[in-house]
Amino acid sequence: MCLVASGARADWLQFRGPNATAVSTETKAPGDDLKVAWAADLPGRGLSAPIVVGDRVFVTCSSGPGQETLHVFCFNAADGTKRWERAMRSTGRTMTHNKTCVAANTPCSDGDRVFALFSSNDLFAFDLDGNLLWLRGLTFDYANASNSLGMSQSPVVLDGTLVVQSENDSESFAAGLDVATGRNKWKLERPKAANWTSATVWKNTVALQSSKGILAVEPATGKTVWDYSDGASTIPSSVGAGETLYAVSHGITALAPEKGSVTQLWRNEKLNPGTASPLVLGDSIYVVNGAGVLIKASIKNGDEAWKLRMKGPFSGSPVAAGKRIYIVNERGIFQVIDPEAPEGKVLKEIELKETVLTTPAVSGGAIYVRSDAKLWKLQ
Amino acid sequence: MKLSLISLFALSAVSLQSAEDLSKPIEALRAVGKEGQGNEAAGKAWQEIVKADAATLPEVLKGMNGANPLAENWLRAAVGVIADEALKAKKLPVPALVTFLKNTQNSPGARVVAFDLIHRADEKLAEELTPTLLEDPSSDLRRHPVAKLIEVGDAALEKKDNAAAIVAYGKGLGGARDEDQIKVLAKKLRALDQKVDLPKHFGFLMSWKMIAPFSNADRAGFDTVYPPEKELKFDAVYEGKTKEAKWVDFTSTEEYGKIDFNKPFGMEKSVVGYAATDFFSTEDRPAEIRIGCKDGWKVWLNGELLFARDEYHRGAKLDQYKLPCQLKKGKNTILVKCCQNEQTEQWTVEWEFQLRVCDATGTAILAAK
Repeated sequence: MCLVASGARADWLQFRGPNATAVSTETKAPGDDLKVAWAADLPGRGLSAPIVVGDRVFVTCSSGPGQETLHVFCFNAADGTKRWERAMRSTGRTMTHNKTCVAANTPCSDGDRVFALFSSNDLFAFDLDGNLLWLRGLTFDYANASNSLGMSQSPVVLDGTLVVQSENDSESFAAGLDVATGRNKWKLERPKAANWTSATVWKNTVALQSSKGILAVEPATGKTVWDYSDGASTIPSSVGAGETLYAVSHGITALAPEKGSVTQLWRNEKLNPGTASPLVLGDSIYVVNGAGVLIKASIKNGDEAWKLRMKGPFSGSPVAAGKRIYIVNERGIFQVIDPEAPEGKVLKEIELKETVLTTPAVSGGAIYVRSDAKLWKLQ
Repeated sequence: MKLSLISLFALSAVSLQSAEDLSKPIEALRAVGKEGQGNEAAGKAWQEIVKADAATLPEVLKGMNGANPLAENWLRAAVGVIADEALKAKKLPVPALVTFLKNTQNSPGARVVAFDLIHRADEKLAEELTPTLLEDPSSDLRRHPVAKLIEVGDAALEKKDNAAAIVAYGKGLGGARDEDQIKVLAKKLRALDQKVDLPKHFGFLMSWKMIAPFSNADRAGFDTVYPPEKELKFDAVYEGKTKEAKWVDFTSTEEYGKIDFNKPFGMEKSVVGYAATDFFSTEDRPAEIRIGCKDGWKVWLNGELLFARDEYHRGAKLDQYKLPCQLKKGKNTILVKCCQNEQTEQWTVEWEFQLRVCDATGTAILAAK
């Protein structure tokens, strides 16, 4: 079970951090007055976000003429020095759209192990010191599991099960793997359609989103807990908060799933996320639309509160800590937003001067951002 | 003297011991298979291997020979850990790695790792070795001398020595197997009025017999067995989706060997087409059929299905799919099924494929006739 507790320091173990909510649980937030504490060079491309386990930051890259070299890095959070690097070779297909790359899936961790999945469907499990524990080649196993545009579904880990998705037009599946061995505990056929969303961890279930809707499964068995079948986005991912799942479906649809059934609480089709996934902070939901406008709405009824035009465009998703929202645009402009200001307010901008297509990580009162060439710590 | 002999004996015993010790763990890594088979044993074996002395690196690399790609990665990771320590301690066994690299019987993947380690330890030595890799069985290793020859050609051009530039670029093209380098070299040679035959360089099959349009309504045509999958009768006429389906001759004039169904049959949607050709091999030999296609497709060689892929309009590129196969001496019949879907967007017009026959390096295998 993935517990979320507020504390002085918390790990950021997966895409969008604690329970894939994109909201830090730390009591000490990074605040507004952020500066680049350090920057580390990276040898390859990446849309994957960094993750943080204790005093270590993990990040993946892909390099080489066909992006066949797959890198997993571990840096010291304190000073950005490299602890270890492993360079592997893709066993699956590495073709992607030019904008994305093979290191597109964010790794995840259960606190003891780091699981790095790539668009080529190569999956590696390391301990925190870089010892290789096991590996899989999911396209080696399932030959038609690939997407010629590239894949980006980030794995999640819950209750000793690593849940991976390889959802595409052909051999589309999700699987639960034993964290200790990498062997399948279960494998589900998924809709035959390209899908770039990542699972949402919510109320001890893993919610798998696709163009058909959202299927919540037990992580240990893959058994269906509930199934929402009114369609959902294939790019931004849904978010759970409290007793409600805010599905990226016909804009945002608030769902109250119970065992076997799903009640729709409200729907607002104007809350339409572009590429970025929404987040819930306090009693509001925040959505970044395709025009780079941040929209605040009530989680009670979906009513819009305000719209704030930011400097876009955005490929990465916003994250939040304390009373601030943080987001980086594709041109590398990191923006600190006060969502409690009457119409929302951009408090600060930091120019990272590189293309950034990914989502930040928050841990230890600092923010980590990566580009194709650098990993930054902002504090 | 006695002491020295004892020491020597002890050293050789240790070295024998370490070689013996590694054979079992290396075998455990080589035994990994699909769906995580062997992972538990491999995890334990990996821990043993990474503790080994740097002198064992050639032995660990040798473990990659004939190994499946998953086992290669286990071994690659182990080599990385041992090498990182050895580089820090300046104990990398460079001469032994050079010997390993020079033996082209060793696996291309392992030799790439060996070259990278040599490069990390001694950049100058790696530079010296680079020209010897132009005809290498590894396309990755060929990239280094080809890049060097591009530089040599560019330098000659700067000095207005066109003849020397042509020699360097021509030599580079002869060795180049990767599309990006081939494109650069072809452009440079053509700018110097040199002829470049890209279809021949790549080994594209340009002439086919083609038949269409069978129905792919609801994408069901992908799995429907139409007559060309049962018989290749080039004078036969079948009922098609919108008109009679007849075989026509088609020869591509496109430099990257695109075989475009839209040309002989028009821009149809929700249709299936077939293309067939004979490839004459001078010998029985292993080969690769490499196809690029953004439509649904299947490929048969001499009646045997090599692979089938039902993805539509997500993109195509050269060598998108590599299909290992066995050519027989004489005539080999290649049949391609190419399925267009129902999408109407401008970027879904293509109903085409490109196909070449080559070896595992990407070197074209040219037909005997």
